Amino acid sequence: MSGPSSRRRSLAAVFAVPGALAVITLAGLPVALAGGGAHGAASWLALGAPVAAVLFAWARRRR
Amino acid sequence: MTRSALRAWHAVHKWTSLICTLFLLMLCVTGLPLIFHDEIEALLDEDHPMPVVADESARVSLDTVLDNALAARPGEVGVFMSFDEDRPVVNVTSAPRHDSPEREMTLMSLDHRTGAHVAAPADDGIMHVILQLHIDMFMGPWGMYLLGVMGLLFAAAIVSGVVLYAPFMRKLDFGTVRAGRSARIRWLDHHNLLGAATLAWALVVGLTGTINAFAPLITGYWQADQLAEMTADYAEAEPPAELASIDAAVRTAMAAAPGMRPQFVAFPGGAFSTDHHYAVFLQGGTPLTKRLLTPALVDARDGALTDMRPMPWYMQALLLSQPLHFGDYGGLPLKILWAVLDLFTIIVLGSGVYLWLARRRKGVDARLLAAHGALEPSR
Repeated sequence: MSGPSSRRRSLAAVFAVPGALAVITLAGLPVALAGGGAHGAASWLALGAPVAAVLFAWARRRR
Repeated sequence: MTRSALRAWHAVHKWTSLICTLFLLMLCVTGLPLIFHDEIEALLDEDHPMPVVADESARVSLDTVLDNALAARPGEVGVFMSFDEDRPVVNVTSAPRHDSPEREMTLMSLDHRTGAHVAAPADDGIMHVILQLHIDMFMGPWGMYLLGVMGLLFAAAIVSGVVLYAPFMRKLDFGTVRAGRSARIRWLDHHNLLGAATLAWALVVGLTGTINAFAPLITGYWQADQLAEMTADYAEAEPPAELASIDAAVRTAMAAAPGMRPQFVAFPGGAFSTDHHYAVFLQGGTPLTKRLLTPALVDARDGALTDMRPMPWYMQALLLSQPLHFGDYGGLPLKILWAVLDLFTIIVLGSGVYLWLARRRKGVDARLLAAHGALEPSR
């Protein structure tokens, strides 16, 4: 992950991270409806993924 | 993507966003405390501990509860009766008529062990004002529908934003924030990062909010469709002059659905029942089955069970869209994540307005070229 490069990225590369975050979020949202305990923890991890991605990006921002 | 396609998507993104942003900002700001309404109400309200009684397992008849409630509201009738999950409290909603509008209704709480009144949840505090702003801006059903349409525009803004994300990010890694560049470039990067990370959550909360906003129409359709079908034999009958025992009606419904408990009862003549029935809404025990209510219709004249059937898909969609909108179904950690994602969405909305204002002298082409000549040649 290094800022602007001379190489143009493919659509798949552009959407790899946002797509993965969307899939994880959509999978995790209904899980806690099924019950508490492990289900709840799984949904926290899933919803934590987009938050962690943002915090990670902020932590390493530069230029 | 061609220049003209890009311009069209940009126009969609700009206009859907501009129209809905102020409403969405209001919804995100009022929604934030609502995520924690349980915790905040516990802090604001002094807790009302239940009085100690000799026999904790004692239960008075629901007919006694209803009589005691209505004795405090002379001339009014029962509209709803609901049952607290975590304490022996029965809530009775009364109104001048069975079909009175919501603002004329009175909510009372009574002790199921003794039939005595206990403190009812306050409905005039700051949390109530925030909730009403969030639901309909004090404008009734039309306010709800207006916010529901704003939710659809928000979804369109997200989808068009995803389309625009590709040309802007062709030469940037996910999450790049060009801290050394102009304020506009930096806020564009924050906008793209936060928008891309939260898009699935924002779509789900936006669209479930829209479904909730159209609840009166969905419930009305269910009443005209399923309730009418379940009670076709009653189409010509006069409404009962005297109502049968509500206690017996609830027991009849529970006997028909072993393992389920009543969540609320709608009285004859209101929005959730027919003119001839107590509609007893039963819920299961898991977080999922707790939401998927099953209505049992009990004849309000003779107390016999008329019909019981699961909700159709559109009512299940409405019932499930409530927790998915509120984020209150996975404990405090889920609420905190909900709040963080809500704050991120506020930043996306705010930075979007800023980018529109900062645009001024630059067209979309110039901005894209500035963001690394990302345009493909026109084909």
